[in-house]
Amino acid sequence: MGILSKKDAALLKDPFADNNPITIQVLGICSALAITAELEASIVMSISVLFVMGVGNVVISLIRNIIPSKIRIIVQLVVVATLVIIVDQVLKAYAYELSKTLGAFIGLIITNCIIMGRFEAFALGNGPWRSFLDGIGNAVGYAVILIIVGFFRELLGSGTLLGFPVLGDPIAKTGLYAIGYENNGFMLLSPMALIVVGIIIWIQRSRNKALIED
Amino acid sequence: MGLKQNLHSFKMKNKDKKWLPAFNALFTFLYTPNETTHNGTHIKAADDLKRTMNTVIIALVPCLIFGIFNAGYQHYLALGEIESANGFLGASFWTLDNLLIGAATVLPLVIVSYGVGLAVEFVFAVIKGHEVEEGYLVTGMLVPLIVPVDIPLWMLAVAVIFGVVIGKEVFGGTGMNILNPALTIRAFLFFAYPTWMSGDKVWVHGAVERDQMIAAGQNLDAMSGETILGTYAANNTVDYSFMDMFWGLIPGSVGETSKFLIIIGALFLIFTKIGSWRIIFSTLVGALAMGLIFNGVVEMGWIGETSKFYGLMSVPFWQHLIIGSILFGAVYMATDPVTASQTNKGKWIYGFLIGFISIMIRVFNPAYPEGVFLAILLMNVFAPTIDHYVVQGNVKRRMKRAKVKVA
Repeated sequence: MGILSKKDAALLKDPFADNNPITIQVLGICSALAITAELEASIVMSISVLFVMGVGNVVISLIRNIIPSKIRIIVQLVVVATLVIIVDQVLKAYAYELSKTLGAFIGLIITNCIIMGRFEAFALGNGPWRSFLDGIGNAVGYAVILIIVGFFRELLGSGTLLGFPVLGDPIAKTGLYAIGYENNGFMLLSPMALIVVGIIIWIQRSRNKALIED
Repeated sequence: MGLKQNLHSFKMKNKDKKWLPAFNALFTFLYTPNETTHNGTHIKAADDLKRTMNTVIIALVPCLIFGIFNAGYQHYLALGEIESANGFLGASFWTLDNLLIGAATVLPLVIVSYGVGLAVEFVFAVIKGHEVEEGYLVTGMLVPLIVPVDIPLWMLAVAVIFGVVIGKEVFGGTGMNILNPALTIRAFLFFAYPTWMSGDKVWVHGAVERDQMIAAGQNLDAMSGETILGTYAANNTVDYSFMDMFWGLIPGSVGETSKFLIIIGALFLIFTKIGSWRIIFSTLVGALAMGLIFNGVVEMGWIGETSKFYGLMSVPFWQHLIIGSILFGAVYMATDPVTASQTNKGKWIYGFLIGFISIMIRVFNPAYPEGVFLAILLMNVFAPTIDHYVVQGNVKRRMKRAKVKVA
């Protein structure tokens, strides 16, 4: 991290663990529950949010001095909406099947609390470079949790990873299935995603006691 | 005295070791520890947690024994090797063959349930550095009674770990849990491995295996045994008599079939004041009320015979109590003192809604003919809210009275 000052590096690193948007700030839970049944969807969602947050934070930061504070929420919404539409169109053009699985949730990136939260809390008061780092940092923090949850849900729920059968074939009974293993259907339901996120929160806080609130 | 003294000094020597709670749990299970008070005790009640738990277990033992015999009986009956037993003391029921095959299938469930559950409790006690709690004693007994006989043991183990950790330990252990751990375990199994928790194969020992043998090309007759609820849900006619249902000579989860023994267990729990008669009674009232409403709907002709709800809706309302596990749920699950309502008025509301919602789920969702566990879990969540309003109502009434006096 030679090119970054200590303060800038913290912008990138903090949201990764000790100030994680999902597990510490508890934002963006809805999408974390809805689209994590498959790892591929989680990864695409993460990349989409990474793009929207990185670019969005820079744009807001650049125009922060000319946004009238009374209508700043609307301006922020216009910026996010534009970026989300770009993502949506790109997905529809190059990954149509995936865009169907993600469905409304790409559109709903607009309502992802993390994005509006970072615009409000950071981009409106900081320069473009620092805002960019902050956006990337938070998006990566979001992505890490999404990918962990997606990994476990797809592995235990469908026995596959990225659609590739890693545990054997459940119908032909090969691999683990030959000895009686079965996929856990509960993993594919949203409540289990909440429990997995809860377990991550639990592990994180028991490793770092400073994070425990009263 | 020698061994006990040795164990005691061993305990003293290892006072600050992390694993001590695990040792203590076994020690106090075998002996009364030396640190008991010898004079000037303040509380003389004998019904501590361990005594309460043991009472419930005693009430469950008849169900377990019956379940063991019934597992064997259903197995041989489906094979066509024995005549159906007429009545509780039927000649073909209490046989050694039934006992042997039943014990071979049911006892492993009990062992896995206790072994895995207590292991989790021990691990948590060691991590948290507190004594092992007795909370699992009853749960461990309930779990094998509410699953199908042929559930694979590893699934049961996974579910027990999930239920004890997520259902209980994360909230702070025994006494702090919101949901009944045994039902959490069942819910996990139900949603995770639905093929092993419903359908017409899993309730009879050997039926699934037989299916696989047929699929592999062997020329055998298929075995099956649909539960009565499942038969009704499919709009078929049930060929078990009312007395069979009452005595429990029917397929179902291991311990829930014999209504006769559950009623005896209920009387025992009520007599020892362990189970709340208010909850048991109001649950049954709720179930009857919903059953009556459905009977009324059928009577009025609002629902035709072709409707997918017709089968279950037209069941005479009182029969809802002897089919399915509403009685078992009302007596052993709903009355769990930790997760139920604490106030007397709250208990009436809590129980009534359990019965009411159980029958509603049973009828309206043919995929979940057994709605009892879902209804109890739902009401577990609402029990604190019910209590809150009951207490607030009390406060309000007293405030009113106080004001009148001032004026």
